[in-house]
Amino acid sequence: MIQTINFLKPNRDNIKNYSIIGTFLVLVSLIDVISNAFLKINLTSFLPGSLTTLFPLIIGLIGLNMMRIDYSGNKKLDLLNKNINTNNFNALLTLLILFSIIKALPQSLSWMILDATISGDSKDACTGTGACWTYIKVWFRRFMYGMYPNEFHWRINTAFILVIALGFVGYFMKENLKKYLALYYVIIYPVIAYLVIYYLISGGSFGLQWVETGAWGGLSLTFIVSFFCLIFCFPLGMIFALGRRSNLPAIKYISICYIEFWRGVPLITVLFMSSVMFPMFLPEDFFMDKLVRVIIAITLFEAAYCAEVIRGGLQSLPRGQYDAAKSLGMGYWKMHIFVILPQALKLVIPGIANTFLALVKDTPLIFVVGLAELAGMLALAKTNPKWLGFAMEGYIFASIIFWIICYAMSKYSYNLEAKYKTER
Amino acid sequence: MSDPIIKIQNMNKWFGDFQVLKNINLEVEANKKIVVCGPSGSGKSTLIRCINRLEEHQEGDIIVDGNELSEKTKDIEKIRAEVGMVFQQFNLFPHLSILDNCTLAPIWVKKMPKKEAQELALDQLKKVQIDDQANKFPGQLSGGQQQRCAIARALCMQPKIMLFDEPTSALDPEMIKEVLDAMVSLAKGGMTMIVVTHEMGFAKEVADEVIFMDEGMIIEKADTKEFFANPKSDRTKLFLSQIL
Repeated sequence: MIQTINFLKPNRDNIKNYSIIGTFLVLVSLIDVISNAFLKINLTSFLPGSLTTLFPLIIGLIGLNMMRIDYSGNKKLDLLNKNINTNNFNALLTLLILFSIIKALPQSLSWMILDATISGDSKDACTGTGACWTYIKVWFRRFMYGMYPNEFHWRINTAFILVIALGFVGYFMKENLKKYLALYYVIIYPVIAYLVIYYLISGGSFGLQWVETGAWGGLSLTFIVSFFCLIFCFPLGMIFALGRRSNLPAIKYISICYIEFWRGVPLITVLFMSSVMFPMFLPEDFFMDKLVRVIIAITLFEAAYCAEVIRGGLQSLPRGQYDAAKSLGMGYWKMHIFVILPQALKLVIPGIANTFLALVKDTPLIFVVGLAELAGMLALAKTNPKWLGFAMEGYIFASIIFWIICYAMSKYSYNLEAKYKTER
Repeated sequence: MSDPIIKIQNMNKWFGDFQVLKNINLEVEANKKIVVCGPSGSGKSTLIRCINRLEEHQEGDIIVDGNELSEKTKDIEKIRAEVGMVFQQFNLFPHLSILDNCTLAPIWVKKMPKKEAQELALDQLKKVQIDDQANKFPGQLSGGQQQRCAIARALCMQPKIMLFDEPTSALDPEMIKEVLDAMVSLAKGGMTMIVVTHEMGFAKEVADEVIFMDEGMIIEKADTKEFFANPKSDRTKLFLSQIL
């Protein structure tokens, strides 16, 4: 019903006057709300009770209604009408959303910035009513590097820079070495990265002091766990995706069992198993670091998800592609490496990005086995008797960091999609 | 008379409970051109897909160039490399350029040096008159150009036999001719060809023999002139009266 009420209907001849009056009315309503929220002045106090609160809404609606026309020729007005002012209901929603943002802005601004403290280096500095960013400042190194000794932080930084630099090697590879690109990223790169991280961050040789993995933590641990899980779970998932579509019953059923098993158990129990149960099955003298066990557990878990995503891509390829490859005399592996996988993997970039983002955001779960990455360090810090009561600041900080990481990843996946787009 | 290059004896094939091919017997000698025609669903496509084992048959023998096709056949890829195939839907690889489409199999299956493969590919593309499109991608070409590229791609493997599975059925009428021209010149070059098609003009021009199939059986098999002038079975007569 509300969509059909149309009084003060403009037409093409009088739209100019109507849009000026309409804009004026909308501005009045916005000014009323803004002055109310920021300056605590009620411009419409002369109106009786409830009308005061509804005044901006009514004025705004009338204003938007007066501007509404199918086609005006004015680009900005048409854009407005097409997107947020299609009918009275949408106009109402637009105004309500605008008003609630304006109303919420002063409080959040004053809490996060205006009344917040960042100076000082103890809890006593935080006397204001706003957020205490001092907490983040003091704990920053812990949030980044965990319990890793302060004087050795350069080792983590160097290791990361090295690993990132090695990751770019693919871009600068010579044309005749390009065919080894997959080999490099799937096998050589992870091994080198492992060695770099082992010798630099763990230490124990070359005169570097040994730092056990229990001391690792914070954002750097998030990166280490995510990095190895991502780089291993993709090829593993690919193998199981192909396995599930295989004609050989043994391989097919092993793949199905693997995928259904790992998709059926919660990650948190897998982590418990890996750290508590798994060592019991190992021989006495065999030692495997907890961090390594956790990375293996997450990799196996996520590989099952990757496998299903990749299988989706494989299934969406027309059968003709298989026929054509076979008719040219290609065997199973040649057909998949040169024809099927390049096309299927392109199709599953969004799905894979989805899985990878979920993986990065699942890493905080390793806290249950005593490994404190970024979110884990927060949980430790908020229970520190000297710094009680700052959980909010910590979680906002962690959210921002995770958001930046995930947004960067998703942007990168869009770029990949655009880069490898082919017309069908 | 030389040994036939393709020999099919008492072949039967089922899809589940449904028998698509019934007691097929066929011999094709080298350098002969055979056209297979018949109504849709008569098993023509399935028959030629069996010849390079894209479909498996359940009974009978198929012998291609002296190799018997069965579950025991170890080097099926080797036989397929000798048998080129052109599909109704072109089936070019959309992620590769036209040139790469043509060089992929020679390089990786026949282990041909890259340079040689490219020269060969350009040569074949020139024969079908699309060598100027070599660096484009399949999506940028018209249907007729794509199908000619598919022919060139199959020829780059230097096959002994070429199979065509309704190569012009997915094309606009005005593009059919350019593809048929390419096929005619290939036929004149002496290639052994088995062509499933409804293009009776093509059949009259190049075919040595025409096979008419219906309901999974070979109804009639005759020399081209004989087939059109003097069809024996009533079913063939009916089909020809509708199509011509």
